[in-house]
Amino acid sequence: MKSAVLVFPGINRERDMARALRLISGREPALVWHAETELPPGTDLVVIPGGFSYGDYLRCGAIAARAPIMDAVRAFAAGGGLVLAVCNGFQIACEAGLLPGVLMRNSQLRFICRDVYLRVERSDTPFTRGYNAGQVIRVPVAHGEGNYIADGETIARLEGEGRVLFRYSAPDGIIDPNWNHNGAINAIAGIVNERGNVLGMMPHPENHVEAAMGRTDGRGLFAGLVDHFKLAA
Amino acid sequence: MAAACSRALWITSNWRRDNPLTIWERVEGIERLHVISNQPAITAKLIAEHGLKPDEYERLVKLIGRAPTFTELGIFSAMWNEHCSYKSSKIHLRTLPTKAPWVIQGPGENAGVIDIGDGLAVVFKMESHNHPSYIEPYQGAATGVGGILRDVFTMGARPIACLNALSFGDPDNARTRHLVSGVVAGIGGYGNSFGVPTVGGEMRFHRRYDGNCLVNAMAVGIAEKDKIFYSAASGVGMPIVYLGSKTGRDGIHGATMASAEFGADADEKRPTVQVGDPFSEKLLLEACLEIMAKGCVIAIQDMGAAGLTCSAVEMGAKGDLGVVLDLDSVPCRETGMSAYEMMLSESQERMLMVLKPEKEKEAEAIFRKWGLDFAVVGTTTPSKRFVVRHGGAVMADLPIKELGDEAPVYERPHTASARREIIAAAAIKPPLPSADALEKLIGSADLCSKRWVFEQYDHVILGNTVQRPGGDAAVVRVNEGPKALALTADVTPRYCEADPFEGGKQAVAEAWRNLSAVGARPLALTDNLNFGNPERPEIMGQLVGAIRGIGEAARALDFPIVSGNVSLYNETNGQAILPTPTIGGVGILDDFTASMTIAFKAEGESILLLGETVGWLGQSLYLREVCGREDGAPPPVDLAAERRHGEFVRSLIREGLVTAVHDVSDGGLLVALAEMAMVSRIGAVLEAPHGVPAHAFWFGEDQARYVLTTKDQGPVERRAKAEAVPLIRIGATGGWVLAFDDEWPLPVEALSKHFESWLPSYMAGSR
Repeated sequence: MKSAVLVFPGINRERDMARALRLISGREPALVWHAETELPPGTDLVVIPGGFSYGDYLRCGAIAARAPIMDAVRAFAAGGGLVLAVCNGFQIACEAGLLPGVLMRNSQLRFICRDVYLRVERSDTPFTRGYNAGQVIRVPVAHGEGNYIADGETIARLEGEGRVLFRYSAPDGIIDPNWNHNGAINAIAGIVNERGNVLGMMPHPENHVEAAMGRTDGRGLFAGLVDHFKLAA
Repeated sequence: MAAACSRALWITSNWRRDNPLTIWERVEGIERLHVISNQPAITAKLIAEHGLKPDEYERLVKLIGRAPTFTELGIFSAMWNEHCSYKSSKIHLRTLPTKAPWVIQGPGENAGVIDIGDGLAVVFKMESHNHPSYIEPYQGAATGVGGILRDVFTMGARPIACLNALSFGDPDNARTRHLVSGVVAGIGGYGNSFGVPTVGGEMRFHRRYDGNCLVNAMAVGIAEKDKIFYSAASGVGMPIVYLGSKTGRDGIHGATMASAEFGADADEKRPTVQVGDPFSEKLLLEACLEIMAKGCVIAIQDMGAAGLTCSAVEMGAKGDLGVVLDLDSVPCRETGMSAYEMMLSESQERMLMVLKPEKEKEAEAIFRKWGLDFAVVGTTTPSKRFVVRHGGAVMADLPIKELGDEAPVYERPHTASARREIIAAAAIKPPLPSADALEKLIGSADLCSKRWVFEQYDHVILGNTVQRPGGDAAVVRVNEGPKALALTADVTPRYCEADPFEGGKQAVAEAWRNLSAVGARPLALTDNLNFGNPERPEIMGQLVGAIRGIGEAARALDFPIVSGNVSLYNETNGQAILPTPTIGGVGILDDFTASMTIAFKAEGESILLLGETVGWLGQSLYLREVCGREDGAPPPVDLAAERRHGEFVRSLIREGLVTAVHDVSDGGLLVALAEMAMVSRIGAVLEAPHGVPAHAFWFGEDQARYVLTTKDQGPVERRAKAEAVPLIRIGATGGWVLAFDDEWPLPVEALSKHFESWLPSYMAGSR
């Protein structure tokens, strides 16, 4: 799996993401600077990592969505290429029109960093094939603006088309407002676009990939992607 | 921001209106050297406004042989204030141990540097941002974090962790909630965006911080041992380059403000607080590390307190060189800035570098790529003069060495604090059953869970956080491992108030203990000394006593001081803070997977107490929170015992003989046990030995103690006996309650609710 991790000024989880990709795919990802206009040839997976692109000074992700490299990413996605957008990446993907909806400030109006539980809703996508449907994984979140919302029609479509891949849940998988730390509608933690090739999610699977560091719940996402490309090859 | 500018402008124009053109030629009979127009007269009032005492001004005039220009006066005030010159503390700081075979750089640079093997070095320092945080909590705390991060990456290190130690006033004080909320958000806002995990710290409340909160921020970075960058310039005619954000009118006189007490006008000092931009700082980090890697840099200094002045003087003075600055080249955010304003601005996210001339273009290209300002603003000269040019005129021409070296140094009079009486445990009648006392303690402001705080800090970014906040010390893996650093920040101000010497010792010992408890070998520390007005002999006595105590403990524990910061004048309307010498400790683990945690691991394990317990209640939190008394002598610190016990604990951890370790500190033994139970959700059955009154045994704050759990008690006991380390069994893990003596058993779940609820409900305003 050849992956390209985008680097906008102010992005700060590109190293975490690069390490996860290296550990699981066995291949060092390319780091692609925002001012580039093309992705490296042969890219299988584009990753928009977390951070504070351009300081998040206008609106989270709004400036990055208009960076030169994003035209190439839009074209890549339009051609069916897989895009993984995590945290600030999710916000950028929404601003760039790759995904519907928007991430508002957390309902408590504070930045929150903690481990959360996610229920994996489907396992028949390239992003979640490493998990079982209904499985609960534990991964960290670290964001101030992760409160997903879209208009009623969009939410109905997302739900109707099974495009919600991850939901905040209790450790036993029950959807419970007490375990939805940012107040996202329908406890939505991660969604895909219509075609199913762009995933946006707030939590950080890349931070739980090493057994020696305590938890490996995030590995499934990357291992699933590696399998996906192996099968495709 | 707007307020800051308009205020500074107003002052300037006001001065100008009152003092048109050359009006200051005769000051105490000494003639000026340069003809500079449109500058205010150097009056006694102006001198006082610059925080210079009349005798200090005389010293200045003698030194340069004439009256200073307005810009020069500003430069002197920046260099000679307490914050930059350490004039009250210098002679005492010199007594501290700063050397060890593993120390690469002790105090005097941007940060301390220690060797951790494998060709790597740890760069770290703690610094206060107290005065600004009280005035403007979000920006004050944010720029405190920004400043200390810059100190670390200036030396060529990539920051890998931050910690902080916070002290706030009485929770019932109307301002406290606002300060907590702003400071915590500011620390998080900066560190999270910059992209460094904030992994640990401490937080306390006491009415003595009502008028002065303390924000002490520590940053830790990793560098290659042979690629450390220093501030001393070398070579004549080298370009001095300005990098980073533009210069604005913010923070003018910040360091001077931080060197004075607050009066009723504290709020009016808001314009002296700078505004942080973590985004620019992140870019500055990446750009600096990139040009360092490309070998472009001869010397580098961040612009922190007193901005351009302090950084340029330090680079020249340390390199035995002169510096000429041409202010017309300084990138400015606003038009019409005077030399005075540019020299004293504390705008953030700026650096000064001496570059290799042949690499100038390459360095510039890197900075442009990151969208940062890059300008050659001066050169090094052989003259040892500090010359500032602006608009065709020489605005300052001063002897560079003397600016720093000849700053006044005071041996201020000091009186030792009165000895407090030792309180016998038997003299304290327990007002509550111990079970109720425990509930009260863990639900108190100082001992309750700080989750509300640390969840606002990204503590997992970079993917190397082995132990998150909540344990004895944070543990952070170094690169891909197997080595890891243990990090902690500690001090017990109420002990320092009662006995500065013992309190100073205790702060160091507790840091050392916290590192030992996770299995790390303590290497070095950074000290952040927060005190009141040193011109008062009793406050100076606290400072002197605490420094003596820190020195004694550091020597006894082989735990040298490699960096530090002094914050004085933490005083409002004559009321000083509790003496608060915060100690930031760094230790090393050879294998991060072997770090020890405080959680009980399984049911049915033996619980052992290591160390002597006499039941010391003087200055304990039990005495304060449960008995409503703040008195007595604090627990004495036996440094030989600390060392013996710490080394013993580390050997047990290394050999896998224990399953959990927790140091016993604030609140005493039962609080430590409750913390171990709550984090694991495993209860314990406990028993106090005979001989010590039960409440003193459970809540005494005797030092040099650890709680251990083990699957197999025998080998641990035999080892303790062989090494003459006091060790007793106090119970076993298991069940879902804490059961002790003949008290009502406490469900761990209920304790947790108590422990977790105080801070969120306080911050929600519902307490």
